Amino acid sequence: MKYIKQFSIILLISLIGEILHLLIPLPVPASIYGLVLMLLGLKTGLITLSSVKEASVFLVEIMPLMFIPAAVGLLDSWGVLRPILIPFAAVSLLSTTVVMAATGKITQFFIHSDKKGKADKDEQHS
Amino acid sequence: MSSTVKDFLFFGAVISILGYELGLFLKSKFHIALFNPLLISIIAVMVFLSALGIDYESYHESAKYLSYLLTPATICLAVPLYEQMELLKKHKKAIIVGTLTGVLTSMVSVLMLALLFKLDHQQYVTFLPKSITTAIGMGISEEMDGIVAITVACIIVTGIFGNVAAETILKVFKIHDPVAKGLAIGSAAHALGTTKAMEMGEIEGAMSSLAIAASGLCTVIFTSIFANFI
Repeated sequence: MKYIKQFSIILLISLIGEILHLLIPLPVPASIYGLVLMLLGLKTGLITLSSVKEASVFLVEIMPLMFIPAAVGLLDSWGVLRPILIPFAAVSLLSTTVVMAATGKITQFFIHSDKKGKADKDEQHS
Repeated sequence: MSSTVKDFLFFGAVISILGYELGLFLKSKFHIALFNPLLISIIAVMVFLSALGIDYESYHESAKYLSYLLTPATICLAVPLYEQMELLKKHKKAIIVGTLTGVLTSMVSVLMLALLFKLDHQQYVTFLPKSITTAIGMGISEEMDGIVAITVACIIVTGIFGNVAAETILKVFKIHDPVAKGLAIGSAAHALGTTKAMEMGEIEGAMSSLAIAASGLCTVIFTSIFANFI
């Protein structure tokens, strides 16, 4: 029974996400509307953690498998990719590395300065 | 062979999962980043299909049921995110600045590479939404008159690369903080990278999930500006 209820809630939110995607003329997919709705639901207490937890853990755990079919589809894209292979590879690999490094470094810097700022304040108080 | 395979409802899912199991086995035997279960499973399925002369369409006919759960699974990323809500609030400023950095770095790096390779407008806008989740990226590419098939291919290659290379990149650039690691992976490599962040830990997974939604939505706004630059 627990799993039926959990899956029902998750699929219902998926459906609401699809309806929002249909109604709102923005390139935002059902999954993102759904993610935001689920978060709001949990935050407001409309959805309790225990009413979605196990099914969510299961779905998130098997998520990598869901990308295999689309990725194997790259087989069919070879034709369109070949003429622009070098820029394609450069954009995919270089830009991804730069984005990951920059985001990580900046976030880490601000977290450390946050902590330092707080520590200084604490010191002043004591 | 292709026509026989089309009749099997479970063919696609089974060989995809077997490919993933092979990847998990290789990963446990050899501790090399390249033996990434996702990468191995994709290559294994490609080799298997080519060897038996099965076309992609016949495979996809039954493999598509695996992707059916992608929307519900993405929605469930809200659960680990909710569980880390306190941490999110605590580092609000760092997370906002980090997310904007990710989106802008992505746009600027694509712009610079496009100038370097002298890409035309259509090729440029095709690559602009490459770091974000497929569904948003496809939508943006379509709206900007990009080549959607190439955008999708670029998003997938980006995701696989991000998944495989995340540990190495984070180590090289000395990024140790779990919040920073998660945000970096999600900003650069969307949901595909997030599956890696989930393996690293709860905080990494939650922050990477946050980045999928946040950087995806920011990209919708920023591409409309950046699209005018070439």
